[in-house]
Amino acid sequence: MSLPSGIIRATLAKDLRLEWRSKDAINSMLFFALLVVVIFSFSFDPLAEESRRIAGGLIWVAFLFAAVTALNQTWTRELRNQVLDAYRVSPAPANSLFLAKAFGNFIFVSVLEALMTPLFIIFYNLRSIGPVWELIPVAALGTWALVVNGTFFAAMSLHTRSREIMLPLLLFPISIPALLAMVNATTNILTGEDSARFWIVLLATYDVVFTIASLLLFELVLDAE
Amino acid sequence: MSLTDTNAASATQPIVSVTNLIKQFGRFAALRSVSADFAPGRLYAILGDNGAGKTTLLRALAGLTQPTQGKISILGSSDIRSVCGRIGYMAHPSLLYDEMSGMENLRYFAQLYGTKDEQRCTSAIAAVKLDPALQRPVGQYSQGMRQRLSLARALLNDPKILLLDEPFSNVDVRSAKEMVSLLAQMRDAGKTIFVVTHQAALLDDAADEFVRMEAGKIVSRTFELHLEEAR
Amino acid sequence: MKRAFPILAILTVLLLSYGLHGALISAPTEQTMGDVQRIFYYHVPSAWTAFLLFFINFVASIQYLVRPNDRADRIAKWIAGVVSIGACIAAVVIRPIPYGMEPSAVATTGIAITGIYFVVRKYFSEQGTDVLALVAAEVGVVFCTVVLVTGPIWARPVWGIWWAPGDIRLTSTLVLWLIYVSYLILRRFSNSSQTAGLAAALAIFGALDVPLVYFSIWFFRTQHPQPVIGGGGSIDPRMLHWLLINWLAFLCFAALVCWSRYRLEILQRQVEEAQALEALLEPRS
Repeated sequence: MSLPSGIIRATLAKDLRLEWRSKDAINSMLFFALLVVVIFSFSFDPLAEESRRIAGGLIWVAFLFAAVTALNQTWTRELRNQVLDAYRVSPAPANSLFLAKAFGNFIFVSVLEALMTPLFIIFYNLRSIGPVWELIPVAALGTWALVVNGTFFAAMSLHTRSREIMLPLLLFPISIPALLAMVNATTNILTGEDSARFWIVLLATYDVVFTIASLLLFELVLDAE
Repeated sequence: MSLTDTNAASATQPIVSVTNLIKQFGRFAALRSVSADFAPGRLYAILGDNGAGKTTLLRALAGLTQPTQGKISILGSSDIRSVCGRIGYMAHPSLLYDEMSGMENLRYFAQLYGTKDEQRCTSAIAAVKLDPALQRPVGQYSQGMRQRLSLARALLNDPKILLLDEPFSNVDVRSAKEMVSLLAQMRDAGKTIFVVTHQAALLDDAADEFVRMEAGKIVSRTFELHLEEAR
Repeated sequence: MKRAFPILAILTVLLLSYGLHGALISAPTEQTMGDVQRIFYYHVPSAWTAFLLFFINFVASIQYLVRPNDRADRIAKWIAGVVSIGACIAAVVIRPIPYGMEPSAVATTGIAITGIYFVVRKYFSEQGTDVLALVAAEVGVVFCTVVLVTGPIWARPVWGIWWAPGDIRLTSTLVLWLIYVSYLILRRFSNSSQTAGLAAALAIFGALDVPLVYFSIWFFRTQHPQPVIGGGGSIDPRMLHWLLINWLAFLCFAALVCWSRYRLEILQRQVEEAQALEALLEPRS
């Protein structure tokens, strides 16, 4: 009997190993992320007092665009040679595949964020007035919010024309409450003006709701012809 | 000697049973009411022109495509998902990761079937006469090697039923003959094998029955291949 | 059934004219805002109609997904029933109700939700629910567009701004509009034979999103106080009268358009099915 957690681990390990070997996708994503930060720094001229106020929004919009590049390549390896068929004929549950892909995307997007954050700090001379450690749950929950829906919609867009534009088209409207929460939580923490507690709770709720929804509906999307 | 009586299959329970199977893609009817019983422990060659419905039939048996109408019963169950652990499937695309080596591919897919047994992978790869130690990524294999590895993947879970779609295409004659004798061995060991192919002559001796499809229907089932009709 | 259509059409024309006359002439002029306020008679009923249509889409989408599976169907029926019972109990028991809602409104909404669910379940076949979802989404987006266009038009002369990001109603409506436009685009761009299922999944994601959108904007507003477009507070009964007349007119109009669109879509699908059946039976050349 195939144990789902074993399959998740095996699939995640395979994806990470393959990405590490070729590094083609991650390299272009990293460069794109860098470009986004640079362009933002030219477009939104940061003065020290204001930078804390707008940084939250800028950072998360930048993360969002970088995340889309990662999400768009979620299934490319499985599409070549129709490997998805091999997965579907096996007894492995569809949700294991979903979670493995979502965790993989979480790692990729976190790597991108890890690159972009110091750059933002440098370009905008950022220093946080509020408790910095609170940014960690915000980043984690916010990234998962983008990634869980993104992986789901990436699978959905496999069945559409204009695949690469369909993903952000489906993802962005649904992500608005999460985006609002991420941006406001980050701004509150950086400026120290307000508590980010409510936003963190909202993000956690969002994550729980949409993780469950994705797990319930993923098999339908995977099996659609 | 030819036999057109489709019920000759049995005293034994059919291992695969298809009733009034219809599959439509919009206006195109790939399968138009296919009904047949298939006995266990036999090698069936499924022949026919392009567009006859052979691949669609195989995909329906593998559970990859839902019939528009009709029923399929495999290994006594009408829910293919519940018995898919005992079915092996090989398609025209390789269903393999080009970036990994042969053994790495097999090790991963074996885990999808719930086994980490290295021995399974080595024996599967040995059965198709490929070198387990080969580190080259599958993307650099020749077509013949890729087909053989794809067959090895289908054998990983030691399936009772094998569904093979064009396993010999672009494979050199000697390798193809080796694959055929491997299939015959497995049939003798009790597996039921369905082979869709354009190269019927390869299976002349090995196949137990030749099922001919045309325009989405089964038009004949014979025990021997009539060479004048062979394509 | 066929005769009802022209009757509904005539009724709609009469109600719309009556409502127009009422909105522009008969209704009393608002004290502070003046005649500009009259756009309210189009802004608000459009919003209510759009929300109703989107809700119907949600119900139809759920129905489409649960109908084939007996257990899921039963669970959904129970949940729908519980909603109305829970709403009635809440209306009686919880005092005061948060957000200033009327107890009768809560109870009526709960019962309406259950009513709509069971009506859809009874009168629409599996394919019918899919067509209903599509139709409700299309007409809903149109009404939603009206809301989003009339909102800023009203806001600018009265409050001096086109848009307030913290305005909970307008912003929620915008997000709803975005979600449903993406729904329609998915339907248009899908090349799968299971488009209905994919779209239903998206509709459910959208519906789950709506309360989250509402809360996030609500909290945003408490942290960043913003002008409220559309004002709050009580409403003159004569204005309420014309508001409801216009709403009734809009509902009839929406029903008319939905009905036509539904018939058209069903006929198109019947043609496709007939063509498919023909391809199935005829010998291939």
